[in-house]
Parts: sequence; C-alpha cells; structure tokens
Amino acid sequence: MSHLSDDTMDRARQLVELYPHPRSALVPLCHLAQEQDGWLTPEAIAEIAELVGVSPAEVHGTASFYDMLHTEPVGRYVVAVCTNIACMLRGAYELLEHVEQRLGTGVGGTSPDGLFTVEDAECLADCGRAPCVAVNHRFFGDVTAQRFDALVDDLVAGRLDDEVPPHGTLIRVRRHGGLRVGADQVAAERRAMAERAAAAKAAEAAEAEAEAAAAKDAAAEEAAKDAAAAADGADEAHGADEADEADDVRPADGGS
Amino acid sequence: MADPVVTSHHARAPEAAPGDVVRVTIDGRVVEASPGQFLIAVAEQAGTFIPRFCYHPRMKPVGMCRMCLVEVAGPRGATLQPACYLPVTDGMEVVTTSDKVRKAQDGVLEFLLVNHPLDCPVCDKGGECPLQDQVLSYGPGESRFVEEKRHWAKPTPISDLVLLDRERCIQCGRCVRFAAEVSGEAEIDFAGRGDQVEVAIFEKQPFSSYFSGNTVQICPVGALTATPYRFTARPWDVEQVESTCTTCALGCRVAVQSSANRFTRMLGVDSDPVNQSWLCDKGRFASASASSPDRLTEPLVREDSGELRPATWEHALSTVARRLAAARDEHGAASIGLIGGARLTNEDAYAWCRLAKGVLGTDSVDCQLGDGLPAELVLGLPRATLDDARTAKVVVVVSGDVRDELPVLFLRLRQAVVDGGTRLVELGSVPGSLGTLDVAVGHRAGDAPAVARALAARGACPAGVDPVQWGEALSALSVAGEDGAGVVVLVGRPSLAEHSSVAAATARVLAGAWPAARFLPVLRRGNVFGALDMGLAPGLLPGRVTLDAGRDWFSAAWGQVPARSGLDCAGMLGAATDGTLAALVLVGADPLGDFPDRGLADQALEQAPFVVAVDGFLSPSAARADVVLPVPLAHERSGTTTNVEGRVTRVAQKLVAPGQSWPDWVVAVELAARLGCDLPYSSVSDLWDEIEQLSSAHRGLTRSVLDSLAQRDGVLVPLAGTPVVLSRRPPAPIDPIATPGIESVERQGAPLRAGLAEPLGGSDDEAVVAAAAAAVRGERAEVTAGRGEPAEAGPQVGPEPLRAGAGGPETAAAGAPAAPAGSPGALEGQAAEGQAAAPSAEGSPPERHQRPAMLRALPEAPVPALPPTDGYGLRLVARRTLYDDGVAVDVNEHLASLVPPLQARFHPADLAPSAGPERSLRIRLRSRRGVVTVDALADPSVARGTVVVPFNVGGDGAEGGAARLIGADDVVVDVRMETVAP
Repeated sequence: MSHLSDDTMDRARQLVELYPHPRSALVPLCHLAQEQDGWLTPEAIAEIAELVGVSPAEVHGTASFYDMLHTEPVGRYVVAVCTNIACMLRGAYELLEHVEQRLGTGVGGTSPDGLFTVEDAECLADCGRAPCVAVNHRFFGDVTAQRFDALVDDLVAGRLDDEVPPHGTLIRVRRHGGLRVGADQVAAERRAMAERAAAAKAAEAAEAEAEAAAAKDAAAEEAAKDAAAAADGADEAHGADEADEADDVRPADGGS
Repeated sequence: MADPVVTSHHARAPEAAPGDVVRVTIDGRVVEASPGQFLIAVAEQAGTFIPRFCYHPRMKPVGMCRMCLVEVAGPRGATLQPACYLPVTDGMEVVTTSDKVRKAQDGVLEFLLVNHPLDCPVCDKGGECPLQDQVLSYGPGESRFVEEKRHWAKPTPISDLVLLDRERCIQCGRCVRFAAEVSGEAEIDFAGRGDQVEVAIFEKQPFSSYFSGNTVQICPVGALTATPYRFTARPWDVEQVESTCTTCALGCRVAVQSSANRFTRMLGVDSDPVNQSWLCDKGRFASASASSPDRLTEPLVREDSGELRPATWEHALSTVARRLAAARDEHGAASIGLIGGARLTNEDAYAWCRLAKGVLGTDSVDCQLGDGLPAELVLGLPRATLDDARTAKVVVVVSGDVRDELPVLFLRLRQAVVDGGTRLVELGSVPGSLGTLDVAVGHRAGDAPAVARALAARGACPAGVDPVQWGEALSALSVAGEDGAGVVVLVGRPSLAEHSSVAAATARVLAGAWPAARFLPVLRRGNVFGALDMGLAPGLLPGRVTLDAGRDWFSAAWGQVPARSGLDCAGMLGAATDGTLAALVLVGADPLGDFPDRGLADQALEQAPFVVAVDGFLSPSAARADVVLPVPLAHERSGTTTNVEGRVTRVAQKLVAPGQSWPDWVVAVELAARLGCDLPYSSVSDLWDEIEQLSSAHRGLTRSVLDSLAQRDGVLVPLAGTPVVLSRRPPAPIDPIATPGIESVERQGAPLRAGLAEPLGGSDDEAVVAAAAAAVRGERAEVTAGRGEPAEAGPQVGPEPLRAGAGGPETAAAGAPAAPAGSPGALEGQAAEGQAAAPSAEGSPPERHQRPAMLRALPEAPVPALPPTDGYGLRLVARRTLYDDGVAVDVNEHLASLVPPLQARFHPADLAPSAGPERSLRIRLRSRRGVVTVDALADPSVARGTVVVPFNVGGDGAEGGAARLIGADDVVVDVRMETVAP
C-alpha cells in the first residue's frame, strides 16, 4: 500500500510521463502530495523519490528550498501575510502582529487548535489591495484587523469552504497531468522524440565512420604519394582534396 | 542505464582532439595546456596555486565557493571568473594576484566566516584545515561582522560513522557531490535556502553508504568528522607513512597515521591507477581493530588440561616443530596441510611457501578457503588491469556484489558506466549494485555456465531468463567484438552456496568463447593475489609457475619441492575428518567463519590431531588450535602486497605490534630452523631479493624499482608482457586542499614516504627503470641498481652472503644447488660458500636452468551437472557482505553494529503462501546439511525460486549462519522453508 492515494499516484505517473527526464516532475509531484496531506509527509517524500528516480534526501532538499512546500505538519489553513514594501507601507507589520495575537502563535507556528499556520510572505502580487493575506493560496486584500478577525470566524464556521480549499490545493480543475493533452499524445511525442534521438545518434556514428574512412584514405594516399614523391615533386594539395571530398560525402551519409 | 541527466551546473569542456595545445598567459607567463583542462588545474601544474574550497580534482567542478576567482581578460575588459569552472582557451590571459582578485578573495573569506564558529581549538580539523590555512594566506585579517552567528544543534549523527557540525559547514558541496556523483547514493543533500542552508539526510534514511568516510576526508572544514577519529588526535601529533590497504584485494593506496603507537586514522592517497583517493569505510576504519584489547600478545599452547595457556615462543615453536616433524615422519609430508596466507605480505607468503613446500615437502597449501576460484584458473586467465576495466566497451559481471567484495572497484566501474559510456551486463540470481546500473540478467543459481555460453554466442534466450533482459544484454554486447575484444569479465563467486566449479566453468566458457577478452578475478581477501603469486596454492610454486614447470628450478634453489599436487582447502578439511591429515596449520585463516561448509570445518577442527594457528586474534578457529602464535597485522609490518590486477605495492610499518608478536616470515624461518633447515633470511629485503631472483613473474622488479618515486603507485607484474611496464614520471604531488590531512602533516615535517627504506630522487628513477627493463629483457650483466652498483655483485644484498645452514639433508641441498644453478641471476643472494662473483662469470650455459615459464594454459573446467530439484525446492544464494562476522569487524566497536541482520530474501510470490500482509516473518531454512532460523523478507528483485542469505552473518542462535546449510561438495544447495510457531 502506498501512502499516496491511487488517484494521486495516477496523476503523478501522468506528470512523470510529461517530461523527458522523470526528475523534472519533482516539484509538481511535491504539490500533488501536498494536496493530499496538506504537507509533505516522509512517506510521501520516499514515494516521490521512487517515482522520479532520485534519493529521498534530494526530494527533501528540494522541498525544503521552497516556502510553498511544507516539510513539517501545518494547520488546515496556512495564512501568509505579505510584508513586502507595498503592504508594509499600508500597515502589514501591525497586521502581522494582530494575526499572531489572534491565532495565538508566531510566524512559522500553528495555532493551538491546529487550524491555522502563520507565515510571513514576500510579495503576493496583490499590491493593489495592500495589505494582503493569502489563505491556502487564495487572496484577501485590504485586510484590516477587523476584517481579518471576520475572515477567521468565517473560516472556522466553514462559510468559506467553497472559496478556500484545504491547504495544498493549488487548482481545483483537474487536467490531464496539468496540461490539456491526453496521455496518448504525450506517449506519441515521447516516441517521436526517442526516434529523433536515435536517428541523430546513428547519423553521428555514420559521420564518425566516414571521417575515419576519410582519414584512412588520406593516409593511404599520403603513403602512396610518399612512394612516388621522388619522381613526382611536392603535390600537397592532392591529399587535401581527397579529405575535402570525403567531407562532402558526410551530410548525405548523415541524412540517411 | 542511469538517467542521463545533464544538470546545467556542470561545466562542460569543449571537445578537443588529442594533441591540441592551447597557450594561456598566467601572471605574465605563457603556459601550454590541453584544451578542455580547467584553468585551476593548468595554473597548478604551472606552479601557480589558486585558492579553492569546492573544487576537487576527482569530481566535476561546480564553481560554488567563489574562492578561485581570477581576472580573465575578455572583450569587455578583465572580469573575475572562477578558475575551477573555466576551460582554458588559446590566448587566454589570466591574472591571479591583482588587487581586484585580492579584494574578491577577501570578500569571499569574510563571507565564509560570517557564520563559521571559529572553534578551531576544539575542532578536529584545526591544524590541517584548508579554511584556516587559506584565511591566513588570503583573508582580510579581520571581519566587519558583529552580528550573531547562526546556531544549530551539534554535532548531529548522519550515520553510525559520520557526525555533522552544521555551524562549521561552508556549503562547498563536496560531500553532497561525492555522494551523488562518485558513490551514486545521494543520501545527503543540501536542504533549506539562503543563510539557512544545511547538509541534511532524509529523516528515515541515514547516510548508510559504504563510502561515507570519504566525505570526512574531503571536507575542507571540520563540519564532517568521523566518530572513530573525533577528538583522538591533533594533526601536529600524528605521524604517517604511505602504505597499502590490505582489507580487500584492491590495494588502495593510503596514508596511515598514528600517534604514540596508537592507530588514529587512515586517509586515501590519490593513486591514479587504483583508488583515486577514495576508500571504503571498512578499509578506512577496520584498521583500528589492530589496537583492540582482544589482540593476541603472546604464544598460547594447549596444556594437557585442555586449556590454552600463555607460553614462551621457544616452547610454542618447538612444540609446533616437534609435532610437524612427527607428522611428516610418521604419515608423510602430504599429511600436513596449510590453510591461509592471504593476510600475509608477499614476503611472508614466500617464506611460508618455502617452509611448506621446500622444507616440510607438502603441497597441501591453500590461501583460499573454498570461497574463491581454482588457483590455476586465476593465474591462467588473461588478467585485466583496473584501467582496462574502466575503459572497456563492455564489462560482464559474474561475481558477488562488487560493492561488498571490492568496494572501491565498484566506484571505478560505476564511473565508467555512468560517465564513460561503458556498457555492463551482470549475470546472477539477484541484481547486484553494478547490475542495477545497466543490464542485470537474472537466472537460477547454477545456470551461469549455460547462460554465459548463450551470451557469448549471442544466441537465443536461455530457459529461465527474462527475454527483455536478454535482449538488453545482447544489445549492450553489440559494441564488443565477436572475439570478445573490448570485453572485461569480472569473474568471482556469485554465491558461496554454489560450488566453485560452477564459477570456474563459467569463466572457462567465456575465456574459450572470447579469446580477446580480459578477466578480473573478484577474490576479496587482502593479499590473496600475492599469496597465489607466491605459490600458496596446491600445484603451484612462486612466480605463477606450476609444480611440474618449476620443479627443476625450485628443486635447485630450495633443495626439494613436493612430488605431487596436494589438496585444496576443502580437500584438507575432508582429509582431517577421515583421519589422513595429521597436522593443520592455519595462517590467518578462520575456516569456521569463512569456509562455506560450516559442518565440515567444525568436524575437521575437531578431529585434526594437531592444529596450529598463526594469527593476530583468537578467532573462533584459532581458539580451537593446539598452539596459537601471535603475529603483527595490517600496519605493523612492512613488505609488499599484490592487488587484483597484479600490482605490487609497498606496505609500510607504522605501528609496533602489541606484546610478543613476531612477523609471519620470522615465524616461518624459526620453524624451519627447528625442522633442521636454516632459511637464509634476516630481513624482509632478503626475502624480496630472493623473490626477484627466483620468481618468473617478479623478474626485474628489484627493491630499487619498488622504492623509486616514479613507481609510488606500484608496479604491475609480470613486468614482461604487460603493455605498460614502468612509469617514468612520479605521480602528481598530493593536492593540499583535496586531501587536507595528508598534506598538512607532510608539511609539518613528517614525510609521507617515511615508509620507504631508501627514497630515491627523481634523477635516479630513469636509471632504475632502465635497469628493470634490461632485467626483463634478460640482460642481467648490465643491470645496475639505482646507485650504479652492479646488481650482480652480491655484496650489497646483505652484509654477508646469505647461506644455507648445515642442517639435515634437505638443508644442505638448499644451498648446494646454487652453484650448479649458475644461471643468469639465480640465487646470487644466497650464493653458497660466499661466492661474490656473478654466477654468469662461471660460464655455465644460461639455458641449462631457465626461469620456468609462467602458467598460460587454462585448466579444464567441465560444467558440473546440476542435481534434480528435489523436495527442497528453493535454491540458496549465499552472498558476501562488506561487514560480516569476520574478526576485524567483530572487535571494532564502530563497525560491529553495521553487520546486517541474518535475513533471507525471497520473491514475494514465493513468500506469499506463508507470509501475512506484513511481508516479514520468522522462518526456518532446511537443507540436506542443516537448518537455520532466519527472518524472511519479500524482495521483488530476487528471482522466483531463489532465496538470498548473507554469508558469515550469524543471528540469534544461528552461529555459522548460511554456512550451516552448505555442503562443500554440493554443486548447488536447495532449501525449503518451514514456518516457526510464533
């Protein structure tokens, strides 16, 4: 039994299929796992590592780099308060202080009821409505202490369940592996890509062979020329011509 | 095949034709280099040192630490660029000492010290620390930072052997890169971001790599420390010698460090042909076992009461001599058997070989314990070098897991497969570490000869093999020649539950089908190849010659050699149980732990009338002996050792053995004396001189050659016939930052090569090499030693010509034939009657006694018939693990906990009927020989119908482990599973 649900596993495999290198799917897979559990459990990390063919330490290392990926348990709602300049000028620091007081925990902590985790964030790209707050990646602008308290009450009462999904949900519209293409199309593209790579490799090998043959011809020519050199006088250009001709042959070979 | 990811942070040097030269101006000097070389290396070769932290010559550059910034002229003027990451190009102009560069260096170091705790006085690295040294040389002198440094819990264990102090870490990434790039086990990685970056393990998976100690060795600060070394010494207190690790047969070059006769640490020396500075953890840390309080310190003799009691050497040796003489006189020399010898140096092995074959007259001598390959096969196969294996087109593996048997060979081959494009095909019942890198063909144990035959013929997929795997294997092989050109075969024992004849037949099949292939025998025990070269095997004499081929030559030199071939280890143990073996000598051998048939070993030791053990520890077998003689171990003796490719390197003494230990060769000489034969050796050098004079394989390999600086990495034997005879260039000096501990100590006045008897300067090397080459060509008369003295002149060999004593009839013979021998170079070391003149001056025809020809032909190895599968059903595969119940691990507090549990791995389908959903249960394995209780584990990589058990690993109430199930004569072992009531 895997820790990741069957549905998550299916989507994860589709995502891995999308990329030429499985490890490219690492971060998307972390988001998938986080959607399931709200954070990246060690079990999920181990399974992601297996899916993309890297070590669990590498998955953990990558996940720990990004603020949006959590390697520690979080509350149902992760409240990110923007403290970047626009919000700061509009009272973000005071707001953050209030958030901490209201939820009973500091930045990075989770409220005693286990519902809320507080974060300070860099720009959330909602400067027009500064100071702004994101709850589970959903934005709330022009937040004041009173409005924040109301937001918390709404969340606790479940009045915002349609708007704010549980933590980890980035999108609510499922797509095939995150893109609007079917698995068949992905597979076909992968096949075509592999064929192109094989053809390129074969061309390269043929080219190397032609080059070797040309070198050999040139050497033979050289030797023959040396033998005849005494009578013939210096005719350096001849050997070079041969090599040039061999070069000319190459593109035709490579194209086959 | 590994995922061919090209991560963007690896600089790729432009392709360049060999022979191209680019000219680079470094600080006004024009330097020539090959295109694609990185600037930092080019500058170093030209004598300009550019400071660095993250750069390591054996890993890909990343340009992370920015310490190597230099000014490089470009189209937009001179800019600062990292020298470690910049391939040289023609016309490049570089300045390494400008004000701009100095300012950059100041800045980088100031930043590195922002969070560095500066706890140098209590740091293991203090005194040999690249950060300390480079701050002194290139730093600004003082810091402008007054802020609080970051704090972490410290130290945190990241494995049983390695501790991490994150505060000291400067994020150079050497350890992380080693794990991912070199060992391929990325169990550590950077975590976090910005000033919170730390090296971290995944919480559920410690850094359990067999190679974790290397990260400690290359850490340029004190962030990674080894549990065994931590707080045991300061760099300025330790002394060191360069030596060779003899934990396995790979022969890694090492620096052995000690303080006040206590082993402190071992570091890998960058030896290009062998270990390229890496070591395995067993090699690195097991040497500390020699300092164990369990060491034998005095001879022990079993009293009439049945107890082993301390005795004097005189009493112990005369007891042994009396019993051996009695056995020889009453039952004939063939009733004496000698097992072991792979622990010995070449010189020790030679002395023991001469004692057994030339003095006692028995040929029942075996340095392998039924866990290797037939000796004549090992010596007869065309041997590959490690470089051959690394550059092969295809490597075919038919052996146990190389990572467990010869760990650093795994690193070299992994590099070849991952970076070098070498294809690899592994045959076996369970995929090993190498097979998982490329193609692993699974088959049932015992079928290897048939599968190998089909593979060599590129034939149809044999029964029982997955067709997909087979197709992959054939496609991998397609790059090799039909005759095996470009193929290197690693041949060993894939399972100790499979008779050696199966492995031998496999090797024979491949050697027959592929005349152009080369072979690397995977035998793991210390100096087993040296012992084989010295004749410690039935039917062989020193120098890779057979008993018959060398009979005349060695009879003349030694007085006698055995008339007939003797028994191998299994034969000797069998003879002990049927009463035909009168005495058994165990030279560093522990048949109870290592012989595959525990029942037979038990019975043999029980029934052998007289057993003498020559060992450093009271191993389980030694504890059953009648006399135990204590000897020095690894770094307590000097001499030479021979590795898997036939490379002879020096083993230097660093420690004094505890108590009254005597070197093995001294024990042999003393025993011979008490048996009425004075062997003419008074030092290790005497022994080597005789080896050089008598052995066909070591001809020309004089002490001057071995001691020369240019041959520091050792010499491949035999000298004749190998394409590369001798190196004319000394190896590159040790990189002060790549391997900090070694360089620092060297600089502090304890020369690394203190172990060399007589280090020669570079100018002498040419003469030495010329002399050796001449010797190989047979021009003995013109051979000159390094100092220009005639080598033939005898007197320099010893203060007095060594001569045989006047003992019994065979002793007289030992000296006398020297004169008739009179052959080129023979026996001048022991020229009887003090003849100092060169033997050739006597005018005896040189062809009368030619050195015997070396073994070339392969012995026949018929494919053994497999017994029908009976009611037992599951085929047993017993595999070596790096850490097992061997005594060196057992007495080592740091390694003992790393021995894996006694678990049997099954294919899930084989386990399903009995196992519950938890997939693990306690079961009994029963074979025709015995029964063992183990934990069963489902493992999808195991083939159906196979059960895999680690060898020489015991469990609760399972002493002997897998060996209890195996019979010495069984071709394969079938077992059945029985459930144990919970």
